[in-house]
Amino acid sequence: MTNLRIFFIGGYISYRALFNWMAPALYIPTMLGAPIFQILFFAYIGRYAQVQNDEFFVVGNAVQLSAMAGIYGMAMTIGGERWTQTLSQLMATPANRLPLFLGRALPLIANGIITSAFAFAVGWLLLDVTIGAEQLPALGVVVAVSAFACTSLGLVIGALGLRARDVFFLANLVVFSLLLFCGVNIPLDSMPGWIQAVGRALPLTHGIEAAREIADGASLSEVSDLVWTEFFIGAAYAAGAFVLFKLFELEGRRRASFETI
Amino acid sequence: MSVLRLIWAGWKFHVKSLTLSGFFILTSVIQPIIFASVAYFMFEAGARAGTLLYVALGAGMMGIWSSTLFGSGGAIQWQRWQGTLEYCIAVPPPFLLVIVPLTLATATIGLYSLSATLLWGWLFFDVPLSVADPMAFVVALPVTVIGLGLLGLVLASSFILYRHANALSNLLEYPVWLATGLLVSLSLLPAWVGPISWVLAPTWGINALRESAIAGNAWPEIGMCVLLGGVYLVIGHFLLQHFERLARERATLSLT
Repeated sequence: MTNLRIFFIGGYISYRALFNWMAPALYIPTMLGAPIFQILFFAYIGRYAQVQNDEFFVVGNAVQLSAMAGIYGMAMTIGGERWTQTLSQLMATPANRLPLFLGRALPLIANGIITSAFAFAVGWLLLDVTIGAEQLPALGVVVAVSAFACTSLGLVIGALGLRARDVFFLANLVVFSLLLFCGVNIPLDSMPGWIQAVGRALPLTHGIEAAREIADGASLSEVSDLVWTEFFIGAAYAAGAFVLFKLFELEGRRRASFETI
Repeated sequence: MSVLRLIWAGWKFHVKSLTLSGFFILTSVIQPIIFASVAYFMFEAGARAGTLLYVALGAGMMGIWSSTLFGSGGAIQWQRWQGTLEYCIAVPPPFLLVIVPLTLATATIGLYSLSATLLWGWLFFDVPLSVADPMAFVVALPVTVIGLGLLGLVLASSFILYRHANALSNLLEYPVWLATGLLVSLSLLPAWVGPISWVLAPTWGINALRESAIAGNAWPEIGMCVLLGGVYLVIGHFLLQHFERLARERATLSLT
């Protein structure tokens, strides 16, 4: 019961503190405004370079945008504790670390899904994209799995925040790198082999591929391999993050580095 | 002479201190390289040929805009957080002359972006680095940086009136990349974007760099950059006066 309370209530409070939910002036430009322009930017480059159609860019970027909340959010949840000098108190609590940090991840997954849904809606409204209504539930599943996988990658970055001082730098680097490695705006098979190999080991790549096939009319069962691969990649990152949390917590206690800014 | 000395000393100081910031190095070097790579691959996969230098210059200019936007947009708020805003306003020189070197420095840091994307493109994507009119290019580069730096002054003095300036910065990065034609021809965009692009220095800056590097006459674009820089200076001056008066009246200088 205590773990459930930590998971749900702790996660909710952390999320409110993190994104300042109640301030639309902050939330709307960052989480909803910027994605509109990201989609338009890449769709217009696509038109200018004469590569792919609008649907390719809307689907790629809409799924990629589900990563933003998970990666930045998880990085900030640890970096923010360090910045406000509350990381030591957090590490001193007897709370189970698994619900403590997974509880913080859950609202971010939900946030990623909302951002992604909004991005799809923008693509449909502003660009030449039509996705059948019957495809939306399957698309929702793929986005949810991708958001989970990206939040797991965010957990790894958050764990590194127990050790590294400037985790925001790393979060920025990872979010931008996903644009390059995951086939968000470029067909993956037109990239060099090593980029494809790195991309296949990252969250998003399989999710985007599945979402594109669904947008083209495939059913969820037809892309189940891709969806499961995305899920297992996310699970692997989450497991890795948990190991890193334990390792860096011990290391932080030994080196007394939780308060270092 | 003392004005020039003040601007020079302030600019040098801020360039040095910004160079120490990991965030700025990311914004100025790594982010443009990633965007340039994405753009190179997109253009290579696409049907439009012979545009890689066009892409390299555009991606570099994207970095200059990002560093100006995030550096200048939060410049006054940053001084406030550091507790140095009162000193900046209390010193004998006008506040304008204290802030201008900082906004110029944020645009100057963006030169790392341009160098990085050109070098990256040359090393890995066979981007030709020959410049058709070196004289015009050498003039266009600093004029563009100064134009963006003065646009940064407008951002610095207007964003401070908005509590969530960082959110505004997040919002404005992509639209300006798009509306100033850094990687996309403006002719593809809706007609109403045209007038917006004309009042933004990056539009003329990137055109000046491309005209001088690829072919053509860059001097009209250089002239537009200078003209817009002057307009930004005047707007920034009045906005700063407005901010300073409000802050003194409401005693909000040191509020964080």
